[in-house]
This record gives sequence, C-alpha cells and structure tokens, in this order.
Amino acid sequence: MEKFEKLTGIAAPMPLVNIDTDMIIPKQFLKTIKRTGLGVNLFDEMRYNPDGSENPDFVLNQPAYRQTEILVAGDNFGCGSSREHAPWAMKDFGIKAVISTSFADIFFNNCFQNGILPIVLPAEAVAVLMEDAKKGSNARMTVDLEAQTVTSSDGQSFHFEVDAFKKHCLLNGLDDIGLTLQKVPAIDSYEAQMAQARPWV
Amino acid sequence: MSAPKTLYDKIWDAHVVDTQPDGTCLLYIDRHLVHEVTSPQAFEGLRMSGRKVRAPEKTIAVPDHNVPTTAGRETHIDNEESRIQVEALDKNAKDFGINYYPVTDIRQGIVHIVGPEQGWTLPGMTVVCGDSHTATHGAFGALAHGIGTSEVEHVLATQTLIQKKSKNMKVEITGKLRPGVTAKDITLSIIGQTGTAGGTGYVIEYCGEAIRDLSMEGRMTVCNMAIEGGARAGLIAPDEKTFEYVKGRPHAPKGAAWEAALAWWKTLYTDEGAHFDKVVTIRGEDIAPVVTWGTSPEDVLPITATVPAAEDFTGGKVDAARRSLDYMGLKPGMKLTDIKIDAVFIGSCTNGRIEDLRAAAEILKGKHLAPGVRGMVVPGSGLVRLQAEEEGLDKIFKDAGFEWRLAGCSMCLGMNPDQLAPGERCAATSNRNFEGRMGRGGRTHLMSPVMAAAAAITGHLTDVRDIMAETV
Repeated sequence: MEKFEKLTGIAAPMPLVNIDTDMIIPKQFLKTIKRTGLGVNLFDEMRYNPDGSENPDFVLNQPAYRQTEILVAGDNFGCGSSREHAPWAMKDFGIKAVISTSFADIFFNNCFQNGILPIVLPAEAVAVLMEDAKKGSNARMTVDLEAQTVTSSDGQSFHFEVDAFKKHCLLNGLDDIGLTLQKVPAIDSYEAQMAQARPWV
Repeated sequence: MSAPKTLYDKIWDAHVVDTQPDGTCLLYIDRHLVHEVTSPQAFEGLRMSGRKVRAPEKTIAVPDHNVPTTAGRETHIDNEESRIQVEALDKNAKDFGINYYPVTDIRQGIVHIVGPEQGWTLPGMTVVCGDSHTATHGAFGALAHGIGTSEVEHVLATQTLIQKKSKNMKVEITGKLRPGVTAKDITLSIIGQTGTAGGTGYVIEYCGEAIRDLSMEGRMTVCNMAIEGGARAGLIAPDEKTFEYVKGRPHAPKGAAWEAALAWWKTLYTDEGAHFDKVVTIRGEDIAPVVTWGTSPEDVLPITATVPAAEDFTGGKVDAARRSLDYMGLKPGMKLTDIKIDAVFIGSCTNGRIEDLRAAAEILKGKHLAPGVRGMVVPGSGLVRLQAEEEGLDKIFKDAGFEWRLAGCSMCLGMNPDQLAPGERCAATSNRNFEGRMGRGGRTHLMSPVMAAAAAITGHLTDVRDIMAETV
C-alpha cells in the first residue's frame, strides 16, 4: 500500500449531506474485476449528463477543481453499500483525503485499506475548511498525518484524531494481511481451542 | 463475579484471537459469505501473493447481484461484464475449494437468504460478507456485518479481521404492533427517528415485546436495515423461535453437537444491568405503516402524512431535502397517498423471504395491478420460489399481473437488467432509495410487502389498512 505522510493540494467543496456510495460510484461500474480504472466514473451520475457530456455545474468538472486531491464533504459521507469500488474510484481520480463531520463505518475502513485518509472534524472546523475549499485552485490545503493537522490556505490549523494503529499503517504503507500473518500461531491456537469448545462451528 | 455483559460483548469476547495494547483486536470469523461483485479482486490478490483460503469449509459463495432473473440464465448471461463476474466466481469457488451454490442450483439466491436457509448462520457466530446487508444475520444473535474487498481478502487469507470494538446501543420496541404494521415498518421507523448516522459506531441490539413477537423472517428484515441506520451490525438475542428455525437445516449441528450448541446459545443474552452507550425506545403501538418520500432511508413518514418542505428541516438537510424533492418530482404538502406509481418491486434481502411473499399475496388475492403499473416478484432464493409455488402464491401474483421471476438481488440495486427507466416511480420492498439506485433517474419509495401490494392494486401509494378494511 502507498504511504500517506503529508499532502498539500486542491480541496473541493461538496457540502451535500449523506453522500452515499451509490453516488460515489454507481452500480453499473461494479462489474469490473479490477481495482483500477474507476476514476473516470467517480460521482458518475452527478458528473455527467444522461448523454455522456460533462455537467459543467458539478464541482470536479470546474477548471479549478480538476486536480482535486482533498474533498471537504457534508455529514455522513460514504453511507450505504460496502463497495470498496468507492475508495478505488476516488484513489484512481487522485483523491487522497476526505474531510467531514462523520463517515459511515465500512467506507471509513475501506479508505484506510487504500491509502486514503478520512478526517473527522467538528462542524465548525469543517465549515471553515468548506469556505476555504470554495476559493479554488489557488488555495492549497495541507493535511499532515504525523502531526494530525489540517491547515487551510490562510494558515488556520485544526487538529484531528486518528486511530493509532491505522495511523501507523498509513504512515508506513503497511498491508494488513502481512501484519496478521505474523500472528498465525495465535490463530492456530484459537482454532485448536474452538475445536474443543464449539466443535459445531 | 464478572461485570454484566451485553449480547454483543459476549459474542465479541468469544472471538478475540489477539489484543494489541491500543485495544485493536484480531477477531476470528466463523462464516464468510461471498458473492460475485465484491470478491474477484480479493481472490486475485490471493493468487498474486500465492496465498490460500485458510478455512474453505467456513466460506460460502453464491452469485446474486448480477444474475438475470429470467429463464435461460443457467446457460447464458447476455451482459458480458456480468457474465465475466459470475464466471470468475465459478472459477474462484472451484480453485479455492469453497462451498458454492451456482446459478444452476435450486438453492441459489441472495446470499443473506441462502446463509440462514442452509443453516450456515448460527447463533453466537461472527459472520462477514463483502456486502453491507450482512447485518441481516444478526437476527440469529450472530455478530454479522459488511466488509470491503480488502477485508474480504484478509478474511480469506487469515479467517480473521482486524477490528476495534463498537459501542453498545439498545433499541427497544415495546408492546404490540397494530394491524397492517410489519417488521419493515419497525425498521424504517427506527431510521426515521435516529437518522442514517444515528447508529454510526454502534452495534444495535433490538429487543422488546414487539421484536420478540416477530418471526425469524421479520427479525431478519429488522436487522437487515441496521446498516441504513448507520450501525454495522444489528443483533437480536436467540430464543426458542431461533432454535426452532435453525434445527434440522443442512448445516446446523445434529445430535450431541446440537445439544452442546444449544446449551451455549442459551447463554447468549444481555445480562441484567449491562451498560448501553445509547438507548432508543419506541412504543409498538405508535408505529404506523410507513413509506419513504425522499432519497435517504431516513426520509420516512406514516402513509397518512403529507410530503414535507425543505424548510421543515435544519442544517445540511435543508439542501439535501430540496435535492430529494426535486429528484423525486414531489411537491411539499401533497398527500403521500396521492403519489402515483409506475412499478412495484417485491423482493430483496430485506423482504424476499416466504413470509413476505405470503403477506403480499394475501393482499393481492383476487385483485389486479392497476392499469399502467408493472409489477415484479423476485423470490430471495430458489427454495423460497419453490415453496411459494407449492403454496400457490405464484398463481396469485401471476393472476394479479405480476412477473414471477427467478431468485437474485434484481431491481434492488439494478446491476442486472431489472431496472427502472428515468423518472419511473416504484413502490419497493427493498432497502435503499438512493438516487439512481434502481436505475438512473428511477424513483424509489421504500415500504413493506403489504404496502407495496396495496399500492399495486390502486396505482398510488396506499394505506394497506384501507385495503384490509375492504376485504373484511
């Protein structure tokens, strides 16, 4: 997995609440058997008109936001389905961090599996960053995972909390499976105990 | 004496393999369910790193999301991408030696219906699947939740998940339900009250007389939509109804193993005095037949209400409601019962079980779809379909003008050809009314099977109690 340390980039404002994973990547794109190539379909039904042309009103289609790396989003981002295609599409587009007041649990975990940092901040802080994001491509926001801060283009800094283990994995680009396989003896021992205690499983 | 524990605490504790100093745990997974959409990348990952499936005997796969629900699918799936995904699952199941119910098997169906039906899902287990509606299995007192594809690969390789414990939330439904009110109305009403993020970070335990009174099918409907309330998992303590449902199923324990299992299952309840971080109580008598009006499952109202205005809400929900009303083509103040529909969908992992089909058929008996309305019934599994046919339910649906389809997820997420056209409005027994969920531009109103049947007859959203009054 790619490491996430520090990022300075364009942030796009998406103030809508409850942006669900069907909006992030609609179902017709879940038929792939690969993890890559989904960026072009990120937010597909908001981003494109029914005839396939770009919807000029959608934020990521505007010239200032085509190189977006950070999303500042409304409450409860990523609710709905467990599809990891949502963070895959974001990653493929180039988004590396999302800031909101809250995230749906499964989406939140899926982000970390793909080197994307979801950042939870209080509503007041998200409001400030949302305004900052509206300034466009000349305003760069900075996310520093080591320091656990987000800094707006005019230097206002906000501290965020992150699970220590998830931070460690992201900073070092560690793969969960590799880590768990170091604990195979513990899994073996658990299975041996359970073969006695709950043999019907 | 140890501190009193919740049901969630007990199941969690029984599955911890390893605990790190920061509280991150390695949790053992008893059952891993797999479908064709969220698994190909995980199997590919195993191949690339030369890994095997650690416990193929605990892994169960079935194609459901992509499969057409029309005849001929056993030999050919027209959509090339869908076909490739289903073929990939066929191959992965074979190569890795996991339990498999292919599309040619009468037992094939929606993964969350097949698991309980075959006795794979048992009380006290940990159950995961790359699908958010895995919460369904919580009806058995199993800790069950959805995971992403990277986690699917993790479970395939290690039979464990890296997890932090969630908080405990209790949702109690007291007293009795009124006539015409079902499990679906309970679960939608809870989400209407707590919101789609109300359960985020929690595992919900549903309890109370109205929950106890539900059949296993009804309990599965309630737990299924825990995720729509933001909770990863919903749980109901197992009781005699649970044991009765499980007993004799193909993969349920038998003989001495059954007795041993039963003894443990009977300890799976929340101890007196155990701590809940959040408690919600709703009176069963206060729950009415409900429908959704918007594009979030929290947009729930009793069928007797009127369409709200965006200004009725606060904060970010004002803009969201405005967008929903626009998408749904609704005017504030209009009666919900004046909303005309074009289609009816009965099925899904929420309401595709035999009891759901019986309930809908009871309302539709001797009636017909309103002119211009199309209807589709998609049983949740081949066995549900077979049983419905033995009971003559298929005939009631067909006589009423419905299409009687083969098992699968179908229109609930529209990955197969079953979709709404732009602007088409559907009374649906499924679980999500998101924009584009059932087809781009399609408009979904969520409701119970009896409410969907009532709407089918009149051609507009309808209070099922009015239809019931007519039949008496």
